[in-house]
Amino acid sequence: MSLLVVDNLSLSIHGTPILKDVSMKVDPGRILGVIGESGSGKSMTAFSVLHLLPNGADLSGSISLAGQDILSCSEQQLCGIRGRDVGMVFQEPMTALNPLQTIGAQVAETILIHERVPKSEALARAAEALRRAELPEEKFPLSRYPHELSGGQRQRVVIAMAIALRPKLLIADEPTTALDVTTQAQILALLKRLVAEDGMGLMLISHDLAVVADLADDLVIMRSGEIVESGAAQHLFRNMRHPYSRALLEASGHVPERATPARTMPLLRVQNVVREYESHVHGWWRRTNRFRAVDDVSFEIRKGESLGLVGESGCGKSTLTRAILGLEELQGGEIQLDGKPVASDHKANRDVCRRMQVVFQDPYGSFNPRWRVDRLITEPFHLLDDPPRGSVREAAIVDALESVGMTADDSDKYIHEFSGGQRQRIAIARALIIRPELIILDEAVSALDVSVRAQVLDLLADLGDRFGLTYLFISHDLSVVRSITERVLVMKSGRIVEEGPTDRVFDRPQHDYTRQLVAATPVLPADVA
Amino acid sequence: MLQYFLKRLLSLGLSLVAASIVIFLALEVVPGDPAAYMLGINAQEDTLNALREQLGLNGTILQRYLSWAGGLLVGDFGTSYTYRIPVAELIGERLWVSLPLALYALTLSTMIAFPAGIWAASRRGSYVDTGVMGVTQLGVAIPNFWFAMLMVLVFAINLRWFSAGGFPGWDEGVLAGLKALTLPAVALALPQASILTRVMRSSLLDTLGEDFIRSARAKGLSRGQAMWRHALRNALIPVLTIMGLQFSFLLAGAIIIENVFYLPGLGRLVFQAISSRDLIVVESVVMLLVFAVILVNFSVDLAYALVDPRLRSRR
Repeated sequence: MSLLVVDNLSLSIHGTPILKDVSMKVDPGRILGVIGESGSGKSMTAFSVLHLLPNGADLSGSISLAGQDILSCSEQQLCGIRGRDVGMVFQEPMTALNPLQTIGAQVAETILIHERVPKSEALARAAEALRRAELPEEKFPLSRYPHELSGGQRQRVVIAMAIALRPKLLIADEPTTALDVTTQAQILALLKRLVAEDGMGLMLISHDLAVVADLADDLVIMRSGEIVESGAAQHLFRNMRHPYSRALLEASGHVPERATPARTMPLLRVQNVVREYESHVHGWWRRTNRFRAVDDVSFEIRKGESLGLVGESGCGKSTLTRAILGLEELQGGEIQLDGKPVASDHKANRDVCRRMQVVFQDPYGSFNPRWRVDRLITEPFHLLDDPPRGSVREAAIVDALESVGMTADDSDKYIHEFSGGQRQRIAIARALIIRPELIILDEAVSALDVSVRAQVLDLLADLGDRFGLTYLFISHDLSVVRSITERVLVMKSGRIVEEGPTDRVFDRPQHDYTRQLVAATPVLPADVA
Repeated sequence: MLQYFLKRLLSLGLSLVAASIVIFLALEVVPGDPAAYMLGINAQEDTLNALREQLGLNGTILQRYLSWAGGLLVGDFGTSYTYRIPVAELIGERLWVSLPLALYALTLSTMIAFPAGIWAASRRGSYVDTGVMGVTQLGVAIPNFWFAMLMVLVFAINLRWFSAGGFPGWDEGVLAGLKALTLPAVALALPQASILTRVMRSSLLDTLGEDFIRSARAKGLSRGQAMWRHALRNALIPVLTIMGLQFSFLLAGAIIIENVFYLPGLGRLVFQAISSRDLIVVESVVMLLVFAVILVNFSVDLAYALVDPRLRSRR
């Protein structure tokens, strides 16, 4: 008998339909992968199983967990089921824990809520749960607070909370999306081990086909609240029938085409760059600790080239980006664009700045919500001594918008009227408007759904050819870097540990760290599609 | 934690020194010679000089500042120009009215605001919430002196439950004292409670929307359990900030209410001292209030650290 059976589940919130006739099942000891892009209803399906829905939610159909009908349970019965029979792991480990309570107390709470046991026993069992989640008490005492742990460690605490009572079903909603690739690989391995040990059913929700491909026994692909295709994972990957599933698969391995070959003239030259931060350790005598965020980094980008820079969070990518933009004081070395230093006299060099632009990750946070699009995208004009006015300005706006596939009408709209993908196009338009030579893409497609990401990558390739742009593509996502760059740098702890043509670096990595990264990156089965 | 404490203590000391300099200089440039004011317009120059000498008004600015600030350190606030008694004594007497009044008002406001804020937040969008928000809107809008006079009309003149003003002194017993302070405390607490309720509600609602509340619910906690165990303490930080500001305001800002109720508090003392150019009293009271404000902020900082482990471990 199946552990979880969801049958013809429909959900509407305040009359807006969210889910339509969703059916799926999870068997004990098996992993069901639920795949979909944002807005596909995959998370809402998970929340429906726990019946943790916003006010105004209207559910129909049936959900049965080990024979028990969830939809007919009272709130009190549901509280008894949540945490005991069903555990849940969320996407954002940084905010999923209460910052004011120790990790021990938070894991023990799962036990104390469901069982009448003394606190000391609950804490002992919490330590055991944390150990199973690979946070042994010797290294991570129960008295630690969440802020003392890294993202991956916090996610282990969340997992320990979810499995403390050995639930029958574990729901993991994008459990690794916010984590680095190597951490992601560890967390996925942990989940797999726990499923095998406890004979638990796992519903693994992700937007990333490759993450699920490795792990899942069965698959469900969702779009706009409906299931478009489902079946055994191995079979489904090889025999996708629905056009949407095929498009999704195509998009996640998408390689945009670029025509212009790179020229040999160097555009950006980074030489022996050192950026140190001082952190004051306060005592009665002040000691100063030095932290090298960027440690003796040198590289060049040639005109028309796409260079990738990969590394995990904290490796110094962002500091390096800021240094290239002339926003960081260097303690050593020099950065030149076309022979001119990017910063002099402690400030960024305007003549050089106007020749490079940056596109950031967050399509939501990087725009002023109270400005119209025309004002947003003309912001870089302040770098010009004589910014265009009147009809010249209008023409520049229309030109920039149209070159990224938007229309002239969009210029008097506000940013909230656009989707994530459209916002990222606007961010690119903003970068393009002063015709820069170098565009730095700082995780520019990381927050986008795969199909949108594929479109934006195509757009970037096309623009690169049309305007002869040079790209520095910074990302933690190796598959994206692989698809769009010719050469790649691998950065670790402030240093470049490996450099070379992208295919060579990823196919035959030389440095240990690169090997780890490549091995940790989830890949689709080779014979697919 | 110790370093956090010492750092706060250092900043407390520096703030006090800075405040004393500003206060001293501000009153130095205020026009009006206290000696001339006390002796009237027909005073002889040598009489004026003699009085100035006696009051310590001669000498360089630095000398006068040092002797004043030095006196403050050992509790000697100087002698009032008009009352001719030590300022410390004068302030001490008044403080025994103002401080209990401020504490009384703060207690009332907290006792109203916490339950009301929690109640409104836990029933967001309901009639309770709308009602609480409406009442607090009114409470913020009504000027407290008008409300004070209204209360005098109802409770003192018509119902005769309280006296309309004045303070019998603590010698008459604690209850009598508290009774005399009740109407003023209510008048002071009304706007404060309204503001605090709204802060409590919105802070709690923000916290209830956090991811860790969802985690708690997924563990099997009911809505109420999640709120009491996880949301409340997290929501307290902005509330503490506002409470600190409010206490300072209650202590220093009761001038109008003390006048309405004819209470012999610090507010009235300053008011009278300013009108009679009794600069030494003004300086001392203002300095005392500044000290109180800084001390309250210091306590709020310490309270943050008690609530939030992230501050405790910050270097």
